[in-house]
Amino acid sequence: MDFGFRISPSSAVNLDNVDLEKFEELHRIEPDVYKCMACGSCSATCPAARFSGMSLRKVILALQRGKEKEALAMMKNCMLCGKCTMVCPRGINTRHLILSICRIYKEETK
Amino acid sequence: MKENIVIIGGGIAGLEAAAQLLDLGYKPIIIEKNDHLGGHVADWNKLFPDMTPANDVVSSLVARAADANIFLNTEISFVNRLNDSYNIMLSNGISIITRIILLATGFSLFDASRKEEYGYGVYDQVITNKDLEHWFNTGDDPRIGDCAMNAVGFVHCVGSRDEKARNSQCSKVCCITAVKQAIELKQMFPESMVYCFYMDLRMFGKKFEDFYISAQRDYGIRFIRGRVSEVSENIDGRVIVKAEDTLSGKPVKVTLDLLVLMAGMVCSPDSTKVANMTSLPLDSDGFLKSRDNIADIIDSPREGIFYAGACTGPKTVPETLAEARAASLKIHLYIKGLEK
Ligand SMILES: Cc1cc2nc3c(=O)[nH]c(=O)nc-3n(C[C@H](O)[C@H](O)[C@H](O)COP(=O)(O)OP(=O)(O)OC[C@H]3O[C@@H](n4cnc5c(N)ncnc54)[C@H](O)[C@@H]3O)c2cc1C
Ligand code: SF4
Ligand code: SF4
Ligand code: SF4
Repeated sequence: MDFGFRISPSSAVNLDNVDLEKFEELHRIEPDVYKCMACGSCSATCPAARFSGMSLRKVILALQRGKEKEALAMMKNCMLCGKCTMVCPRGINTRHLILSICRIYKEETK
Repeated sequence: MKENIVIIGGGIAGLEAAAQLLDLGYKPIIIEKNDHLGGHVADWNKLFPDMTPANDVVSSLVARAADANIFLNTEISFVNRLNDSYNIMLSNGISIITRIILLATGFSLFDASRKEEYGYGVYDQVITNKDLEHWFNTGDDPRIGDCAMNAVGFVHCVGSRDEKARNSQCSKVCCITAVKQAIELKQMFPESMVYCFYMDLRMFGKKFEDFYISAQRDYGIRFIRGRVSEVSENIDGRVIVKAEDTLSGKPVKVTLDLLVLMAGMVCSPDSTKVANMTSLPLDSDGFLKSRDNIADIIDSPREGIFYAGACTGPKTVPETLAEARAASLKIHLYIKGLEK
């Protein structure tokens, strides 16, 4: 039946059910990932951002909220140019972090 | 020297000022309404940024101020303005005539039960920053540690930056206190998940940012940018917290074993009472009004009345101590001026 409106599924994140096993694995090899303070410098400087929506800030956040698909879709557009590493005020080796994310979350994407 | 100096409030501000005035050769009088000295710091366990035991700070101040005339359990009944001095009547019946009053009456912790949506006093597993310090000191609080402690949350800005709570100011010390307490809990319960719900993180002081980075990197404390909108209790007595994760623009929900409210610093009713008795104005933030907020923060607009510490606004311990020292020097010079 069509009532002329629909209720979209809740976008709420329930932190009780987020599986962080992979993120913990990432944290073990990239302890600095937790240092991200969501300043957005990486995304602002990213040459891929304007055309593709890539944002490392959002990737780091999405992974912690269990939104892996969203994160990995963005990551596809990264060119590994390393500009973000040069601007991160928390000194995170973001390029290395991106490679580690790819390695750990790889199977999931196929 | 016979000049009477009356210090109202025996917290760290009053004690430090008394110690300095003793060193300068005066015999100050401390009036403290509680049965012990040290004020709020006597209730804390370890102090940021170096985790100094609060007790060490208080006991060394108490020792240095020991030669002052100290009245505990004593309040001010009334103050009369005489020609060039004040007549202070104490609740124990003693009256003192003095030309110099130092207000070191400190602050009050915001009453967290007034933020009803957070459920303090209603839900068992909701406590305040002060309750947690008390537990660190005594281990005596069945709400903490007896439960699973799998997940713990901190709510920043409780009763601060909140016009509904009639306090639009930032209390300054609670961000760093939340980070400090989060680390301390994580050290005791390494397996637990610790969340901080913040609007902004205000890490203004010496080494505060290092504390924050360490909380993130070394302790994995999760910082979620968003104000907790409501708290409810589930059937097994755990609390459910709702907020918006403003960085992703999505609502978040989490179930916690313990929720700690970072109650802010507001002007104490005891300060206001004394201010009324001495016709001192309040500033627009509710704290005692200084002659000037840049150049003369320790001067009141009234002749012979000075301020030190958190009675003029939120302050850290080192800031309070620095003001108390400045106020004692000011008083010394003021007396020298009177003697001319
Ligand atoms: C949760 C929390 C944790 C904190 N942790 C830290 C920390 O780790 N490090 C740090 O640097 N700072 C910390 N602070 C800040 C610190 O508590 C203050 O800087 C300090 O207490 C200010 O001292 P004070 O003497 O001005 O006021 P208070 O500590 O409030 O003392 C005032 C005293 O005056 C007495 N008094 C008031 N009115 C009267 C009256 N009319 N007659 C008689 N007596 C009166 C009171 O009973 C009290 O003893 C923290 C604050 C909070 C809220
Ligand atoms: S390495 Fe990737 S994320 Fe970083 S700036 Fe280059 S394209 Fe953007
Ligand atoms: S620049 Fe660094 S700290 Fe800022 S959002 Fe990017 S990764 Fe995080
Ligand atoms: S110090 Fe932090 S928690 Fe306290 S009122 Fe200011 S912003 Fe809020």
